[in-house]
Amino acid sequence: MKAARMLACVVLLAVCAVSLAAPWFAPAGYAKQFREAPGSAPSRQHLLGTDEIGRDRFARVLYGTRISLLLAPAAALISTLLAALVGGLAGYLGGVWLRLATGLTDLFLSLPWLFLLITVRAVLPLNVSPVLSILITFLILGLLGWAASARVLATSAQSLRSSDFIVQARASGLHGFRIFLVHVLPNLKPVLYAQFWISIPVFILSEANLGILGLGVAEPMPSWGSLLRELEGLMSFREEPWRLVPLLLLIIVMTSFQTVLSKEEVAA
Amino acid sequence: MICRRAFLRFLVCFSLSVSLAFAQSSELRFCLRAEPKTFDPLKVDDDASLTIRYLTGGVLIRVNRQTQALEPELAESWKVSKDGRQIIFNLRQGVHFSDGSPFTAEDVAYTVTRLMDPALHSSTGDSFRSGDSTVTARIRGANQLSVTFSAPVIGLAGLFDQVAIMSSRASNKESAVLGPFMVSEYEAGSSVQLKRNPNYWKKDAQGRQLPYLDSIRLDIQPNRDVEVLRFRRGELDLINSIDTEYYDRLAASSPAVVHDAGASLDSEFMWFNQVANSPIPAYKRTWFRLTNFRRAVSEAINRDDLSRVVFNGHAKPGVGPVSPANKFWFNSRLKAQSHAPQAALQSLQAEGFKLQNGSLRDKDGNAVEFSIVTNAGNKYRERMAVMIQEDLGKIGMKVNVVTLDFPSLIERIAQKFNYEAAILGFQNVDLDPNGQMNIWLSSAENHAWNPQQKSPETAWEAEIDRLMREQASASDPKKRKAAFDRVQEIVAEQAPFIYLVNKNALSAVSASVEGAAPVILNPQTYWNAERLTLHTTAQASR
Repeated sequence: MKAARMLACVVLLAVCAVSLAAPWFAPAGYAKQFREAPGSAPSRQHLLGTDEIGRDRFARVLYGTRISLLLAPAAALISTLLAALVGGLAGYLGGVWLRLATGLTDLFLSLPWLFLLITVRAVLPLNVSPVLSILITFLILGLLGWAASARVLATSAQSLRSSDFIVQARASGLHGFRIFLVHVLPNLKPVLYAQFWISIPVFILSEANLGILGLGVAEPMPSWGSLLRELEGLMSFREEPWRLVPLLLLIIVMTSFQTVLSKEEVAA
Repeated sequence: MICRRAFLRFLVCFSLSVSLAFAQSSELRFCLRAEPKTFDPLKVDDDASLTIRYLTGGVLIRVNRQTQALEPELAESWKVSKDGRQIIFNLRQGVHFSDGSPFTAEDVAYTVTRLMDPALHSSTGDSFRSGDSTVTARIRGANQLSVTFSAPVIGLAGLFDQVAIMSSRASNKESAVLGPFMVSEYEAGSSVQLKRNPNYWKKDAQGRQLPYLDSIRLDIQPNRDVEVLRFRRGELDLINSIDTEYYDRLAASSPAVVHDAGASLDSEFMWFNQVANSPIPAYKRTWFRLTNFRRAVSEAINRDDLSRVVFNGHAKPGVGPVSPANKFWFNSRLKAQSHAPQAALQSLQAEGFKLQNGSLRDKDGNAVEFSIVTNAGNKYRERMAVMIQEDLGKIGMKVNVVTLDFPSLIERIAQKFNYEAAILGFQNVDLDPNGQMNIWLSSAENHAWNPQQKSPETAWEAEIDRLMREQASASDPKKRKAAFDRVQEIVAEQAPFIYLVNKNALSAVSASVEGAAPVILNPQTYWNAERLTLHTTAQASR
C-alpha cells in the first residue's frame, strides 16, 4: 500500500512537472492554428495530432493539465477555508448557530447548481479575457463547493466541543473565539486536510463538466473540460485512439489522488 | 411417410408464401428528430409535423425541389391576377381522398377559409396575411374556383406549396388525405407509421399507380448518434440534413451512401450591435456603426479556411442574404469577400485606427477589443468564432469568445441588447425574399443589428426599406428581382451582417433505396417519396 502511494505521488509530481514545462515540451503553443492540417493523426511535429481547427493536441493537453491542476487546489483551498469557518464555527458554537449552519448547508446541497451556474455565467460581463475566465470559473467552484465539507467539519467540531481540554480551557477563562482558534481549529487539521485533498478531484471534474457545457475556461485556453469535449461524437475508439489521451490522463490523475489519500483521511 | 412428406410440403409452401409476402411489402424507414406536434396540416409549425404533412398532404401547386419551379398538382393550371390579390385554380378531375370521397372545389374553399381563420393561429396562414386578412373563396364551377385576398400577396402561387387540402365532408378531417401516404398508426414517443394511399391520383409514365412504397416508418429519435448508428446497421434508409462529422465518418466506411448536394439555403453570419441605447461603451458603438470597420472585419476573415477547416469542405464562403443555391433570387454579380487583411488595415487606417505593437487602437487610443457571443453546444459556430478570433488578432483586434446557453443569448441580443458581436445562423426554407421582410425592414424585430427603429437611422437602411416594400408590392417578378438584387448589393457594401458560410446540404441514403436524388431544398432526400423503391434483398434482410 505504501508503494502504491509512493507511485501515485511520483505520477502526480511527474504530471505537474511536465505540465509546468509545457512551453519547453510544446513550443508551438496551445492556440496556434495549423490550418493546413486540421484533425491530423499523430506525427513527429504533433505528437498527439491536431484538433478540429488544427491546434496541437499535445500542447493543449499540457497547458490544460497545468490550468486544471494549478487552479483546482486553489478552488479547494477557498472551499475548505469557507467550510472551516461555517462548519467548524457552527459546530463549536452549537445551538441555534449549528441549526442555522445545518440549514444553510442543506440548502446549498439541494440547489440545482448546474442551472444556477449557467445563470451566473449569463450575467457575468462578456468581455472577460481567457485568463480571467479561468480565475472566475475556479473562484465560483471554490465559493460554491464548501457545503459538503462544512457538514463534516461541523460534526467534528461538535464532538470536540464537549471534550475535556475544551472544558478546561473554558474553565481557565479563555474567550470563545480564542478557544476556537487555538484549540479547536488545530484539532480539526486532519479533517481539513482530508477535505482539501478530496475537493481537488471534485473541482477538476466539475470544471470538466462546465467545460462540456461551454461554460468553463474561455477559448483559446485549454482545460480538461474543453479537451474532453473532443470526445463528443466519437463513435469508435479504434478510429482515433489518441483522442482518448485527455480522458486517460484525467483517470490517472484522479486515481493517483485517491491513492495518495489514505483510508483514514477519506474516512475522516 | 405420406404424413411426413405432406408436412414437409406444407412447411416449404408456408415459408415461401411468408417470404413472398415479406418481399412484396416495401417499407422505407427514417427518423423524425422530435415528436410531431400536430397531424392537422394547417396547424403545422414544427419539422416533424412538416415531414408528415409533406408525405400525406395533397397540394394544389408544388415547388419542384430539384428545379425550384412551380408545378401543377391538384390544380391543373392557375392564374394570378395582375394586382396579386386573386388566384384562379382549374382543379384536376377524378381525384379522390384516401377515404374514397371525391375532391372538389368545395374542399379547396373550405381549406383556404379555415387556413385564414385568425382563431386557428396557423403559421402557414400567416404567410398569406396582408391587409385585413379577409379571404373570399368563390366556386366558379365544378372544377374552378377563385381565391381573393383583401390585399396583394407576394409570391402567391408558391405559397400554396405549403397548403395541404383538407376534406370539407370527412368527419375525421386528418384521416382523409390527398397525398401519396396516410397515417396508419401513431405511437407517442416511438414512431409514426404511414401506409400507401390507395386512392392517390398520380401514376408514373408507364401508367403504374404511385407511390411504389407500401409504407413508411418514421421512428422518433432525437439522438443523432443513435440515428447514424442505426443507419450503419441497416435499420434506417435515409438521414436528412446530416452533420459534417457524421457525413465524413459515413463517407469513410461507405462512400456510396452519402450525398453532398452543394450549398444549401442556410447561412452562418456575424454582426455587430449597433443599437443606439445599448449598454455597451459609446466608443465601441461608434466603431460598430462605421461601415469601414465592419467591412475591415469582413475582409480580415478567411472564409475559405472556415469552409475547409470547420466544415471539412462541406460549405461555401458566404456571399450575402441569398445563397447561390437560390437559383432565381441570388444576385450573380456578387462574389464572396476574399481574405484581404492588408486591405482591412487600410480601411481601418482611413477611419483613424492605428496598429501599435500588434494592438489596434482607435483615434482616441482605445484598444480594439470586443466579445463575440454564440450559442453553447454548437461546435461549428464555436470553432468559427475561435478561427475568427485568430484572423482578427492578425490585424490587432482582441476578440473574446463567449458561449452562452440559448435563452440567455436570445435575451442579450433581442431584449437587453447587451452584447457586442454575435454569430448565429439563418435556416432559410423560403426561396422568396418576402420571407425575409422581418429581417430587412428597419422597423422589424429581427433586424438584428438595430431592431425596431421608429424611422431608419441610416440612409442605406432607408433605401433597403424602400426596396423591400417595392419588391413586396410589385407583381412583375423581374421588377421584384431588380429591387432585391439592389438590396443584396447594399448589404454587401454596408456589411450589417458579415456572411461567413453557406453550409452544404448533406444527406445519407442507403444503397437499398432506388430513385433517390438528394437536393438542397427540404425535404432533401424524400422529396420524391412517391417514386422511391427498395431493393427486395434489403426488405428481406429486415
